Amino acid sequence: MIKTLAAQIKEFKKESILTPIFMILEVIFETLIPFLMASIIDDGVEAGNMRHIYIVGGMMIAAALLGLFCGIMGGKFGARASTGFARNLRQAMFENIQTFSFSNLDKFSTAGLVTRLTTDVTYMQMAYQMILRMCFRAPISMICAMAMAFFINARLASVYMVAVVLLAIVLAFIIRKAMKYFQMAFPKYDELNASVQENVSAIRVVKAYVREEHETDKFKKASQGIFDIFSKAERNVVLNMPVMQFTVYSCILLISWIGAKLIVQDELMTGELMSLLAYCMNILMSLMMLSMIFVMMSMSMASARRITEVLNEKSNLTNPVNPIHEVTNGEIEFRDVNFSYYGDVDKSVLRDISIKINAGETIGIIGGTGSSKTSLINLISRLYDVTSGSVMVGGRDVREYDMESLRNQVAVVLQKNVLFSGTILENLRWGDENATEEECRRACRLACADEFIEKMPDGYNTYIEQGGTNVSGGQKQRLCIARALLKKPKVLILDDSTSAVDTATDAKIRKAFAEEIPDTTKLIIAQRVSSVQNADRIIVMDDGRINGFGSHEELLESNEIYREVYESQTSGGGDFDEKAGEE
Amino acid sequence: MPGPMGRMPRGKKIENPGKVFKRLMKYVAKNYGPHLVIVAILIFVSVLANVQGTMFIQRLIDDYIAPMLVADTPDYHPLALAILRVAGFYAIGVASTYIYNRIMIAVTQGTLRNVRDDLFSHMETLPIKYFDTHAHGDIMSTYTNDTDTLRQMISQSMPQVFNSAITIVSVFISMLILSIPLTLVTLIMVAMMLMVTKKTAGLSGKYFLQQQQDLGKVNGFIEEMMNGQKVVKVFCHEEENIKQFNELNDNLYHSADRANYLVNIVGPVNMQLGNVSYVVCAIVGAALALSGISGLTLGALASFLTFNKSFNMPINQVSQQFNSIVMALAGAERVFKMMDEVPETDEGYVTLVNVREENGKLTESEARTGRWAWRHEHQADHSVDYEELKGDVVFDGVDFGYNDDKIVLHDVKLYAEPGQKIAFVGSTGAGKTTITNLINRFYDIQDGKIRYDGINVNKIKKADLRRSLGIVLQDTHLFTGTVMENIRYGKLDATDEEVIAAAKLANADGFIRLLPEGYDTVLTGDGANLSQGQRQLLAIARAAIADPPVLILDEATSSIDTRTERIVQDGMDKLMKGRTTFVIAHRLSTVKNSDCIMVLEQGRIIERGTHEQLLEEKGKYYQLYTGNAIAT
Repeated sequence: MIKTLAAQIKEFKKESILTPIFMILEVIFETLIPFLMASIIDDGVEAGNMRHIYIVGGMMIAAALLGLFCGIMGGKFGARASTGFARNLRQAMFENIQTFSFSNLDKFSTAGLVTRLTTDVTYMQMAYQMILRMCFRAPISMICAMAMAFFINARLASVYMVAVVLLAIVLAFIIRKAMKYFQMAFPKYDELNASVQENVSAIRVVKAYVREEHETDKFKKASQGIFDIFSKAERNVVLNMPVMQFTVYSCILLISWIGAKLIVQDELMTGELMSLLAYCMNILMSLMMLSMIFVMMSMSMASARRITEVLNEKSNLTNPVNPIHEVTNGEIEFRDVNFSYYGDVDKSVLRDISIKINAGETIGIIGGTGSSKTSLINLISRLYDVTSGSVMVGGRDVREYDMESLRNQVAVVLQKNVLFSGTILENLRWGDENATEEECRRACRLACADEFIEKMPDGYNTYIEQGGTNVSGGQKQRLCIARALLKKPKVLILDDSTSAVDTATDAKIRKAFAEEIPDTTKLIIAQRVSSVQNADRIIVMDDGRINGFGSHEELLESNEIYREVYESQTSGGGDFDEKAGEE
Repeated sequence: MPGPMGRMPRGKKIENPGKVFKRLMKYVAKNYGPHLVIVAILIFVSVLANVQGTMFIQRLIDDYIAPMLVADTPDYHPLALAILRVAGFYAIGVASTYIYNRIMIAVTQGTLRNVRDDLFSHMETLPIKYFDTHAHGDIMSTYTNDTDTLRQMISQSMPQVFNSAITIVSVFISMLILSIPLTLVTLIMVAMMLMVTKKTAGLSGKYFLQQQQDLGKVNGFIEEMMNGQKVVKVFCHEEENIKQFNELNDNLYHSADRANYLVNIVGPVNMQLGNVSYVVCAIVGAALALSGISGLTLGALASFLTFNKSFNMPINQVSQQFNSIVMALAGAERVFKMMDEVPETDEGYVTLVNVREENGKLTESEARTGRWAWRHEHQADHSVDYEELKGDVVFDGVDFGYNDDKIVLHDVKLYAEPGQKIAFVGSTGAGKTTITNLINRFYDIQDGKIRYDGINVNKIKKADLRRSLGIVLQDTHLFTGTVMENIRYGKLDATDEEVIAAAKLANADGFIRLLPEGYDTVLTGDGANLSQGQRQLLAIARAAIADPPVLILDEATSSIDTRTERIVQDGMDKLMKGRTTFVIAHRLSTVKNSDCIMVLEQGRIIERGTHEQLLEEKGKYYQLYTGNAIAT
């Protein structure tokens, strides 16, 4: 894990090294000060040597200024290294996510990926800065102060040795116990936030079922749980403070007692005693700092782990060694295909699929909820790999193609589709970034999107809000179809993409397809029989198998499911409004 | 789904920090007043213990070591006694520190729990309008970011600042006692420290604002792209995406770098200024001690220098807390703002009860009887009437707008007789969903009346009103938990058998059994691994188990294939027999057999009647039906 993360330091290696160096230098100058201080008192004040006081005082100020310089540089490089590290982490994750296949994406939830890219990275940035600035500073500060203490008087300094060792043991014990609780606490905290999130988005359900109290009770229980566990964890952490105080005070008193004796026996000077007491603080503060670093680091471990998960996730779809870039035609063939999302044949959602679709054919796909229509078409543009068997496009196995070329020539309009913030033109050009405005207009005409776009105040330059919230469901679907058409694909797949489009427009789009792009193989998944009945052939899916495959008339004759669906729908014309989306 | 990190204009100035601070204190003190007093006393004791120790160091040299140096036979007894006494005070100090830290845990964690609980229970009472007008990401960040900043403030900043304040005052007094000129020198240095802090804080504030804006942009982009990642894949748009992201990411890096840099240097600058102050005091002090002008002894100087350090440290600490206090106050302001939102008003007093009929009279019953009645307690004489719930809904001249100045429903008149199936059809934005949202009072109407079994809905308690209406929304929302729990949401005390029966009714039983753990499969992320149609089936099962007298189906079957829908419909028809149903659908088969179909256009009912009647009218319905509608 650390290796994966450390690899992202990249160009900030220099800063990452300089930061601790400057922090160490700062510490050294800082440690000098009490030592010089002792010199002022012993050799200056007691000897009545004002000149010595000026010289040593000047040295002290110089040390302070140098310390200041190092402190500022340390701050500067520390900021750069940690924010740069954060930038690289975000970038590396984002780039890796871009290589993810659909099944990689299914593994992580959208919200999970967003948290990793945002909150988790922020934690890492904070932790990294802490490590660079404090991790070296604290122990060095301790070692320096200790060394100075020994230099002044080894016998007295050994008091610190004992104190430090004892304190270290106690602190380690406390932290270990606290961490155990913290690690239990964080997942609970995530759960609590998830439940708020859920309640906010489902507030209508909560209110409709009058479950406000139920939800509040649920929430309070979770929140009490967090209170309990955090309290337990913190109860351990707060032991730090008194333990530390106890040690400092004991040291001060012991040093005072022994020091007084040594002075009386003329083995120690008063100034030296003073600086020894000053070092006492330094040593114990650094120890305290170290324990804080440990707490902080172990707290960010969860974030580190989550980030590493994304960084180490390898796309399970890889390009072949010598990929084919050109799809010759829109012919599609499924050979004995079985497919399971979990790679487990027993849980296959598609079983024994063998069909052949000719180039330029229009194929309708119909079937009940959960009959795996979407799973079927997702295999064609290799959004998933088959578990067994093979899928061929243009006579070659899809696994032989360069993925980008394959997907550019097999266009899919997804069921859960998304428009991005930007103008309509910008959205359309996702299909072909070099498309002229004329080409965009033509695609919109084909998708029957031109009428409503032209009615908009800014026409093709109308700005689409994030998530496409300012166009209706039917309009969104038509824009998504136009966007896919701009790829000029050999195969066009519509996954329930006209469900929110009214019947008449739906028919118009299909007519345009038949006339304008006759060579493109078209696969249309629909709930409405009217959307597929004019197709050359229709696939009837049922429970992951092909139940029937033939023309409308043939199926009406021979396929029970199809007939049933047809009858249930044909007593009327179809749909009422042009939109099924939310209002 | 909006992420937890804010889209809020963070870094905005707080309007009245003093007021927010006072309110926050009051909030904490409400439950933990005595705790706070004890903590204050203990901090005071702990600081005093520390200060007396420092004072002792002064006496150590002058009063104990110096006399022994000149004595022939040094007497260690007075020193031993003094050390024991100091040790005693130290012990009290350590104990105080421990106890106040322990108490602070209760105060901090308890206050955070109260904040969360209060926020949540208050949020549950807020009207739908609140959720319409506030970005979900913003609401979330009140729970996460803002409460987090509060924790920082209560657990660290508050005791720290209090501790520092006491330390500063007591050290200051001790310093004055020791040497007035040296105290002046120290004060001058402190003034410089404060100036530097103010300057850098102002500058870093500017960059922090920039950083927050850049962070907002990066987070917004991440959210959008993660949501559309599958589309990105399908369009092979990865490289452009990376390019765009890198640009935003770089901007964030630059502003974060600057902001962090400035924050980082406040510490060292203050610390080194503190050291300079130490040196200057040492020189001036030594000069004074040597000349003997102000009667400053060597011991006093040593002690003063320790005080100098103890004086600078808390000031440095407070200045470092400054940022987090400002952030916490901004967070507190948002927390209080949400707590101050006006909850849904409910002046209704008519309640819904189960009844059984005895001797032709309705009697209230504790047990579920399958019959409901409105319990109407007259305000004048406290007599109680029971009106059987039939599902008779009347809209009389209803006007409604989400805002007063933009009316979306005009003069809606509607009569639904008990047991009828009423359908709403019409194009997007015609107001179909809005009408159903008025029946259950998600929104209140501007003009007109809505009567339910002859009772004005305003008189009915909202909870009871809603309990009488089962609603299946088009946007299906499921909760984290097992499938079983999700269906049981409709009736919390339902047995497993009842749940399964409801699932069967909704035709969801089949796919549920195919899930890895069947009914015990845990759904997360709003049922992300189910298809839209499967989620709708669960929502229907959830409504079915509630067994409501009146049912509202808002595009409830839009993602379910027609064949499955028919099976579901059969089940629902059985369930809804004799009960009023409101249906919104764009699919003809769903609405055809309705008793009355309302055609809505631009907030008005333009046609009404049965399927056959409307076809004869050859109006809008006819157009829609025959597919001759003009696409808009």
